[in-house]
Amino acid sequence: MIGQLIVEGLAIGACYGLMAIGVVIIYKTSEVVNFAQGEMAMFSTFIAYHILSYYHYPFWLALIITMVFAILLGMFIEFAFLRPAKEPTALGLIVITLGAEMLLMGLAGWKWGAEQKYFEIPMSFNVTHEPIKGVIISDWAIGVFVIAAILMTLLYLFFKYTRVGVAMKATQQNKNAAKIMGVRVERMFSLAWGLSSLMGAIAAMFFASRATLDPNFMMEPFLRAFAAAVLGGLMSIPGVLIGGGLLGLIENFFGYVWPEWKPIVAFLVIVLVLCVRPSGLFAKHYIKKV
Amino acid sequence: MDMKREYYEDIELIGSGVVLFWSAAFLIFLFTLPIYMPNYYIYLLNIIIVNVILAVGLNILVGYTGQISLGHAGFFAIGAYGTVFLMTHFQIPFVFALPLAAFIAAFFGFILGLPALRLEGPYLAIATLGFGLAIMHVIGTWDIFGGRMGLHAPPLDLGIPKMGFSWVLESDVSMYYLILIIAVIMIVSAINLMKTRVGRAFVAIRDSDIAAEVMGVNLTIYKTLAFAISAFYAGIAGGLFAFVCGFFDPFTFNMILSIVFLVMVVVGGLGSILGAIMGATLITYLQYDLLKNVSETPYLGDFLISVSRKWFTVIGLENFGSIALGLIMIGIIIFEPLGMYGVWIRIKKYWMTWPF
Repeated sequence: MIGQLIVEGLAIGACYGLMAIGVVIIYKTSEVVNFAQGEMAMFSTFIAYHILSYYHYPFWLALIITMVFAILLGMFIEFAFLRPAKEPTALGLIVITLGAEMLLMGLAGWKWGAEQKYFEIPMSFNVTHEPIKGVIISDWAIGVFVIAAILMTLLYLFFKYTRVGVAMKATQQNKNAAKIMGVRVERMFSLAWGLSSLMGAIAAMFFASRATLDPNFMMEPFLRAFAAAVLGGLMSIPGVLIGGGLLGLIENFFGYVWPEWKPIVAFLVIVLVLCVRPSGLFAKHYIKKV
Repeated sequence: MDMKREYYEDIELIGSGVVLFWSAAFLIFLFTLPIYMPNYYIYLLNIIIVNVILAVGLNILVGYTGQISLGHAGFFAIGAYGTVFLMTHFQIPFVFALPLAAFIAAFFGFILGLPALRLEGPYLAIATLGFGLAIMHVIGTWDIFGGRMGLHAPPLDLGIPKMGFSWVLESDVSMYYLILIIAVIMIVSAINLMKTRVGRAFVAIRDSDIAAEVMGVNLTIYKTLAFAISAFYAGIAGGLFAFVCGFFDPFTFNMILSIVFLVMVVVGGLGSILGAIMGATLITYLQYDLLKNVSETPYLGDFLISVSRKWFTVIGLENFGSIALGLIMIGIIIFEPLGMYGVWIRIKKYWMTWPF
């Protein structure tokens, strides 16, 4: 039973981690906390659903179209909503992303209605294997682990070896210095939004195939992912993945012991952790200097 | 324009005779409003005034003290459930139950203020958000609070039934007067609070908490106090909301409501009481009246229905309110970060210096 809980918790946690990486990429690059992350992912998933159910394209083609759409959506939101804001405060930025969230949620509700839909991916939740006795692992969980590993490797390679990745890292470290060195900082912001929207869309497809698809379905997972990002410290990508895993495990174990308190236990843990370490587990606390 | 000649003018409750005249005229207008308003609009007005109380309180926290809260629906819920619970289970009369529930909310605000001492920005946002969700979940899970079925508010009795003296408010109009009087008291005390030592400490914390601490502002006391006061306002608003609606369930107090509260303050203008009042009025009106019945508005409604037929679904048109709110939020930050209060200041300046 414990093995089962661990596998399940880690799989969910990896999904949270993927979402949270999106949050972190944006936060590190442009210092915006993106509350629209979940809804951007939800909208992209709906696009995939639309392509699959109305045009009957094969899944992998729909996936590629959706990924392209997700990147464009992220870039569009940065370009249209965040770039025009002149010297916004931290609260102003949060309000803009909350506005984008409401906007996307409304659009999805207008287009696809509020009723719940089924979204299927080739990695089914019902096909299970039992490699070790007592540990049941579904195709879905295997898919999550494999995709998360691939994405992590790609991200690592991207930030380490490509020109764009290095430029983005430079932007994260020091915007002005990066600008002087000839990095187009604004373009990096757009790119970060596109990248994080892509990560979110992939995670959201996993979430949708596990539960159902409706305009509100990403709200709860996003909040958990955000909590995971905060737990990991909002700064380091591996830290966030660990944070996601921890959160998934905590949630699954508490959910097993006290099922009715499962939805909020994650937040209580977060508040407690933040009281002890105000900048999350894996980030160095930054002391403000005047 | 407003030239101050001595320090005393800074702490006057009412700046000039003009302000006093127009405030009094507006109050008289509000008190005579039920005579020439259809009854449906009185209900809408009640909700608007309840939200005004909340927005003024939230503005003390967000606009004046500079702390973010995405959990105000939680305090709102504590006010609503607390008042009704105290009245039905302990037979406490309304006049005591409402402030008591508000003090309970203020206590929770104090508790939430403790982590706020060490957190800021996104970390504080997630902590307050978690609080709001936790409250919603607790009231939805415990059967003593009606669970998912929700609660019905008892009759609103201003007297003390046990002593044989009862004065039941039944109509929306009588409730309107009660809410209006409470709102006036709350708003005047908020304006007054901002002119005192406490208010100035709040503003100092917003501008720079380190500088404030250096000047001798006790951050522990004033940050938790800001949360507690703000929660108190939310509690009062929640208690009144329970009676305006008559029925509520845990899902009424979801996260979107917290966002909408924040929108009211931001749209109205951060750090100004007048702004909070204007923002709450506009957003509540949009939400409960204009956007709710958007398909029945002339011209725009027909246009939207034809758009829905062609590209979207007609049944999903009710989501248009969410789209409009989102666009308002984004637009206000991009084009007018000071909110409606900023527009008002600009108009005032233009006319005061006219024709220059």
